[in-house]
Amino acid sequence: MTATRRFLAGVKSVLSDRMGALGLFMVLLVVAGALLADLSPYNPAKMAAKDRFADPSFTHLLGTDHLGRDLFTRVLFGARIALTVALVATGLSFVGGLVLGMAAGYGPRWLDSLLLLFFDALRSFPTVMLALALVTLAGPSLYAVIAVVIIATLPAYARVVRAQTMTLKNAEFVLSARALGSPALRILLVDILPNLIGPLLILVSMDIPVVITIEAGMSFLGLGVRPPTPSWGTILNDGYAFIRESPWPAIAGGLPIVIATLGFTFLGETLRDRFDPKLRADGT
Amino acid sequence: MLNYGLRRIGLAAVITAVALALLISMIQLIPGDPAAVLLGPLASPEMRETFRVQMGLDQPTLVQIIRFFGRAITGDLGTDVLTNRPVLLTVMEQFPFTLTLIVASLGWSALIGIPLGAWSAIRRGSWADSLVGILSVGSIALPSFVVAVYSLLLFSVTLGWFPTIGAGEPGRPLDQLYHLVLPSLAVGLGWVGYLARMVRASMLEVLGENHIRMARAFGLPERFITFRYALKLAIIPTVVLLGVGMGHMISSAVFAEIVFARPGVGRLIFDSIATRNYPVVMGAVMITTIFYVFCTLCADLVAAWLDPRVRASL
Repeated sequence: MTATRRFLAGVKSVLSDRMGALGLFMVLLVVAGALLADLSPYNPAKMAAKDRFADPSFTHLLGTDHLGRDLFTRVLFGARIALTVALVATGLSFVGGLVLGMAAGYGPRWLDSLLLLFFDALRSFPTVMLALALVTLAGPSLYAVIAVVIIATLPAYARVVRAQTMTLKNAEFVLSARALGSPALRILLVDILPNLIGPLLILVSMDIPVVITIEAGMSFLGLGVRPPTPSWGTILNDGYAFIRESPWPAIAGGLPIVIATLGFTFLGETLRDRFDPKLRADGT
Repeated sequence: MLNYGLRRIGLAAVITAVALALLISMIQLIPGDPAAVLLGPLASPEMRETFRVQMGLDQPTLVQIIRFFGRAITGDLGTDVLTNRPVLLTVMEQFPFTLTLIVASLGWSALIGIPLGAWSAIRRGSWADSLVGILSVGSIALPSFVVAVYSLLLFSVTLGWFPTIGAGEPGRPLDQLYHLVLPSLAVGLGWVGYLARMVRASMLEVLGENHIRMARAFGLPERFITFRYALKLAIIPTVVLLGVGMGHMISSAVFAEIVFARPGVGRLIFDSIATRNYPVVMGAVMITTIFYVFCTLCADLVAAWLDPRVRASL
């Protein structure tokens, strides 16, 4: 079967599930919003004092905030931040998890024990507390958000990769490659790595809503993206600050977070059930 | 069990020590001058130097870590730079508020999530089961800070049913409970779905076992079998999960404390960042990390006590 046919079969399989179809629709909505943000007639940072706290209308689809900025436009540009952080941070975490997990699973026993201790220590920080500590020292920025995401997600990826590597290490095809004198690096890259990427990709896709939540949450607390850059978290925070003046900024800030997290979760759950049911956390 | 318990406690101690050491070395690992960030742009080079010496930042990382553990053993986590009081005292004053919020959140989510999961398992494959499944996944995916802001908007600002800020007047338990409703809703909502899913999965496993089939063959009523036999066994992994949940909820509690202006460790850290009170931030993060590891440890010990297979895994 060609790659295109396999992809189409996968999409068809997701669409046949109601939860998967809903998830895919929501995700496409977010992606389309991020891609088409430039088509908006408004500048996301441009203030218009006379238009502040306008209710939703055909002119301003989600209304305006306390500075008269168009909330719909800000939400669309916010989607870019959310998706960029999700892709960059999970990508880095994915690579880091692969490298460290394979090193722990294939390397000597002492390295495995040392890395396991390191992963467990990283996992023992409550995410938000870690974010607060990091930002205290480094100041709020997008890099701080990415660092928190990596610290929060990498240990879980590395542990999965380690466990899979340990199983594959004793598989017959790896043992025969070793008997033929293949060097360790070649075995890891040619024989083991291709078998790890699939399950890890599903795990990473399941974490995208978590990453979106971390970015929005940190920006909500003022620890992530700095104003006037529109992040969903900063929009929600502005809405929270002026919640008594108008409900719309708070609604506009929360709505895309709800759509994105639900969409990615529904889609991720369906993908996992279809392609790798073994990864189910609840074992059903 | 004793052997497992001692090994697990030892492991938790080592993990805590490594985590705290990582936290201390974070100040050296982060690019840039931490003294400049902590003191702000107006601080003179002399002030920065004095601060570095005061905080021991001029010492090598290893010396800082050893000194920290030396002081931490005696309960000294540093001094609050604003009030000059011990950090431990400042943090422990706020800790009961956070603990109350976490226990309340976990309590209500267990009261709803566990029966919901059991009910869903009994009706496996029905529309009600699918609905509970979608609602569970949905509630897990919803971030607690969005639930906090939306519930504040709906139930406090629009409908006026619940108070918007504070933890209630001291000495008036009913008022405190009233102030706890919305924050615990925000913190616990995700766990309703999580617990429902876990209980459903364990129930399905238990319902297929021989002793349940035997009970059915004996003609025992279905309700009796479900609640007296199946749920009793299916709840074991969930009890363990509740321990882990205590630790996880610290993060959600930070948002609830900020949105509802409640006292607590999360709010303390947040306010301390604004006032650049570095010792309090670090002390509070360390105490919550210890609490998190402690909760996980308790969950593992309970799991091992209930299930001998767990003991063999360490």
